[in-house]
Amino acid sequence: MWKFTVRRILIMIPQIILLSVLVFLMAKMMPGDALSGLIDPNIDAETIEAKREQLGLNDPWYVQYGDWVEGLFHGDLGQSFRFKMPVSELIGQRLANTFWLSLATLILIYAISIPLGIISGRYNDSWADQFITGYTYIGFATPLFIFALVMLWIFGFHFSWFPTGGSVAPGMEPGTFEYVMSKIQHLLLPAISMALIATVGTVQYLRNEIIDTKQKDFILTARAKGASESRVYNRHILRNSLLPIAAFFGYEITGLIGGTVFVETIFSYPGMGQLFLESITMRDYSVVTALVLLFGIATILGALLSDIILSLVDPRIRIK
Amino acid sequence: MIKDSSAVADTEQVEKASKSPSGFHILWREIVRDKIALVSLIFLVLITVTVYGVSFFLDYKEIVKVDLLSIHQAPNDEFILGTDYGGRDVFGQLLIGTRNSLSIGILVTLMTGVIGIIYGLVSGYFGGTVDNIMMRILDFFMILPFLMIVIVFVAMVPKYSVISFSLIMTAFLWMGIARLIRSKALQEKELDYVQASKTLGSSNLKIMFTQVLPNLSSIIIVNMTLNLAGNIGLESGLSFLGFGFPEDTPSLGTLLSYATNPQTLEYRWWIWVPAAILILFLMLSVNNVGQALKRATDARQRRG
Repeated sequence: MWKFTVRRILIMIPQIILLSVLVFLMAKMMPGDALSGLIDPNIDAETIEAKREQLGLNDPWYVQYGDWVEGLFHGDLGQSFRFKMPVSELIGQRLANTFWLSLATLILIYAISIPLGIISGRYNDSWADQFITGYTYIGFATPLFIFALVMLWIFGFHFSWFPTGGSVAPGMEPGTFEYVMSKIQHLLLPAISMALIATVGTVQYLRNEIIDTKQKDFILTARAKGASESRVYNRHILRNSLLPIAAFFGYEITGLIGGTVFVETIFSYPGMGQLFLESITMRDYSVVTALVLLFGIATILGALLSDIILSLVDPRIRIK
Repeated sequence: MIKDSSAVADTEQVEKASKSPSGFHILWREIVRDKIALVSLIFLVLITVTVYGVSFFLDYKEIVKVDLLSIHQAPNDEFILGTDYGGRDVFGQLLIGTRNSLSIGILVTLMTGVIGIIYGLVSGYFGGTVDNIMMRILDFFMILPFLMIVIVFVAMVPKYSVISFSLIMTAFLWMGIARLIRSKALQEKELDYVQASKTLGSSNLKIMFTQVLPNLSSIIIVNMTLNLAGNIGLESGLSFLGFGFPEDTPSLGTLLSYATNPQTLEYRWWIWVPAAILILFLMLSVNNVGQALKRATDARQRRG
């Protein structure tokens, strides 16, 4: 177990280094540098040149890369050109919002997919199963952004059940009960929209998994022992079928990253995805670079998490 | 005499039955058996013929010309689906948008297909160290946050055009099919016919592309069909965010992006709802066909 985990983490290190090099080179290709966020246009060229020299912007790229990585370890992500503040502070505010949105989505994904998958798999070919399979079929083909737009149109504008933008109602005092409720109300509709589309794969997988397990010999044995039908399903089948679902957890996180860009834009939810699009439109490149790096690391960690859970669940992978 | 002819008919029948149908025949039979897939295929053909045919007669300049006197008109006799914020005919944009979205979807699918097939074949066929190195490179592409990287490149590339857009998409989308082909090629190269061909002195290149590749053709067709649906969705999604087609080239996603304006979303359904329905039906149909093809490649799941 530990051997596998350690080896898997070791594989991750070159990945992160490569990612950082790529992001750094991307940042270099973008117009503007660390100075453009700080200087005011009235300063003469000589002072700028001196400042460039002092900041090490005239060094060869590998020296600059080293400085940049060193800065990263100290939490220095550069200066935002648009907001005139450190990128780390700027991201901090948005990170919490995206975290809560993703958490709510994850909870909803499992709250929806596990019951649906169980019903669909246990009573396969019944009308309920056909209905659920139909939903997964359509959900699989529906792009998230169209579904989110339709949800916003129907439940946000037409019925006005949910707020149509922001992460909290204005004038709320942080820490109060109303503040928390307002936060939840704001993230519910985006989270539901994202979950209803993202859950489709898990439902399909769980259904197939249960149908497969149902026909295995050990289930026959359990029945022959005289175990009740509910015991067969809850203890024998479910335990075996839910494990692979657990392993998908890390990949769900990866999937959410792309999803938040769309959902946060559509629902004007002030999170990292929205910040990313705003920054790239405004050409605030230091923010863009930092966000690509963070999203990339999150993707790598998601894959790592999945592989570790998978190795816990399925010993064959460890041996290989 | 009579007995003889029946015997001949019998052997003919036996011959007919024992000759296994070709891969393409099986794929086709599965689609015909699956009514939903057949309807989807007919719908796709109709849509394709319509949008490519009509766009020959449409005056492109006329459609993208801004006409401030007729902005935001509801559907009427002159404009079947009304006009957008620039007074442009939504119906015309819908036709051209569908054509553009389809074209880029097909182009990107073909390009990722070619790269993925070559990469996967080489990696799987040679195996060993070559495979190891190539798979590590592929792994790295897999862990990149696709959407963000593509958006950054789209925003950065100078002289941005449809070609550069499809190249950027291809650069970060070839991994899925490469992985699939590689795993199949790994299995395939252990088979006797490859060994026999090697013994006869065929070059690796010849074995890979004229002997192994044809055996993977049905899997490639299935995978590329399903990818097509995904790529149409991705393109419209990127255009929706404003990082897809250049501004003068309407796509289905461009029409949908007008709905980010709450006024349009709430009161001017004619601009974005038709595009949304069209994308949905396009993706559903391509998926239906793809799923039917996928069943056809697995003998246990076949209906036909």
